[in-house]
Amino acid sequence: MPEANENGLIPVESSVTSVFYRRPSPGEDPFVEEGDQVNDESVVCLLEIMKCFRSVFAGANGTVEKILVENGAMVNKGDALMLIRPDK
Amino acid sequence: MKKRKVLVANRGEIAVRILKACKELDLNTVLVVSEADRESMGADLADEVVCIGPPMAHESYLDVQKVIDAALETGADAIHPGYGFLAENPNLPEACEKNGITFIGPRSDIMRQLGDKIRARALAKKANVPMAVGSEGLGSFDDVEAEVEKIGFPVFFKAAAGGGGRGMRMVRDPKDLKNAYDMASNEALAAFGDATLFIERYVEHARHVEVQVIGDNFGKVIHAGLRDCTPQRRQQKVIEEAPPVNLSDNLMDEILTSAVALTSSIGYNSAGTVEFLVSKDSDEFFFMEVNTRIQVEHPVSEEITGIDLVKNQIEVAFGAPLPLDQEDVNFTGHAIECRITAEDSNDDFFPSPGDIEKFVAPTGDNIRVDTHCYEGYTIGPFYDSLIAKLITTGETREDALATMKAALSDFKIEGIETNIPFLQFLIERPEFIASDIHIKWIENDVLPAFADSLK
Repeated sequence: MPEANENGLIPVESSVTSVFYRRPSPGEDPFVEEGDQVNDESVVCLLEIMKCFRSVFAGANGTVEKILVENGAMVNKGDALMLIRPDK
Repeated sequence: MKKRKVLVANRGEIAVRILKACKELDLNTVLVVSEADRESMGADLADEVVCIGPPMAHESYLDVQKVIDAALETGADAIHPGYGFLAENPNLPEACEKNGITFIGPRSDIMRQLGDKIRARALAKKANVPMAVGSEGLGSFDDVEAEVEKIGFPVFFKAAAGGGGRGMRMVRDPKDLKNAYDMASNEALAAFGDATLFIERYVEHARHVEVQVIGDNFGKVIHAGLRDCTPQRRQQKVIEEAPPVNLSDNLMDEILTSAVALTSSIGYNSAGTVEFLVSKDSDEFFFMEVNTRIQVEHPVSEEITGIDLVKNQIEVAFGAPLPLDQEDVNFTGHAIECRITAEDSNDDFFPSPGDIEKFVAPTGDNIRVDTHCYEGYTIGPFYDSLIAKLITTGETREDALATMKAALSDFKIEGIETNIPFLQFLIERPEFIASDIHIKWIENDVLPAFADSLK
């Protein structure tokens, strides 16, 4: 699990250069919104490479503080996708 | 006389292939690119480059209007769609016809007819082409049950509006029928905007054998031989070769005759491929579909015939009659193509984009490499994973295979993962060497063995 940053927030990072999607498919609700409670295994978004999709897990227990990337944007390996405020 | 200008509406290795053919024909060239492909090898080769949108395909390469606008803006006389993207979208040739632009492919009405898989079967039936027993379009699940009564298990659902493995489901057990129907319909709707399915008797232990055809605007259609594309993984071809081995001459003649009969019956006027399944168990062959485009694996046919299919495709589109009759087409030797992809064979072939730190392709008399990649090139996440086609030739299949083994070993690609380790494993399998395989062989037998070999 990535370490908390200087603000005490844990970044969910992209493992691979890919396209970021907030929803399971077009027309469905996003996996998470800011303020939602998540745990280690909550799916928070999808990363797509060449039509192959991978689920991304929150990797932490807490709330979604901020979603940093727009739906459909390209992300590089290591980019922070969202920030989780961990439960105490 | 003003030189004619061709716009290439594609990217990657096929864009490079087409641009080179255009140059050899002394044609001016335009390449449309997305923002992600501005620095590509194709962009470097083309005389003019027009950026038509952001990286996402539906905002660039799949936008008919943007492609047409680029052609009009640059005064292009013709558009070559490559393969994939808009290559089999009849709206593109139709828009070309409306705007006085030559489309390097079949007429739009031909593309529409053959693109509808049910209509294509009807045309094949009229041309006396054998096919698996099957249905027309299925209106509802009630129709399915009636057809299955007639056809018998195992059955195969297919989408009427398209292929590529989408909207397909095989069913052996009646209790799986409804679920398969629902899944296939949903997939077909999502992929093609049309949920219509039809159903066929499933061909067990099939080999995939296809015929390269080329026709002109004057009604002549000839073939450039057969290809065997049996090694597939999830309906994606991995290795292709020409000619097929272990098929009787009689059977091969019948397949060739059927392919030409079907395509000439509708005046097919470009390069195309007629695909068949051949039952390993019974020496029967069954029509599958026609691909109304130049295909990825066209090089193996070029290597054994000496015919440049892309150049011919361009020239017939500009109104030249085909310069060859069937009896002028001669076949020499054997050719094999391996699709080199940016996939991690250790991770279920998950795509592996990234910066290519080293790219040294094998060279030699019997080696051909079609690629758009080079050291320093970045493979992005937006398109497909094909990075190169490695083609080897020889007097015999054994020679071509031996050259392929050495060539794969000499192909040095670093910075990204590739499927080369898997290809090396695959070509050593006894069943592959004996050409005793079927289209599910890789999934059923090779992948588990390969996974074991990594442990």
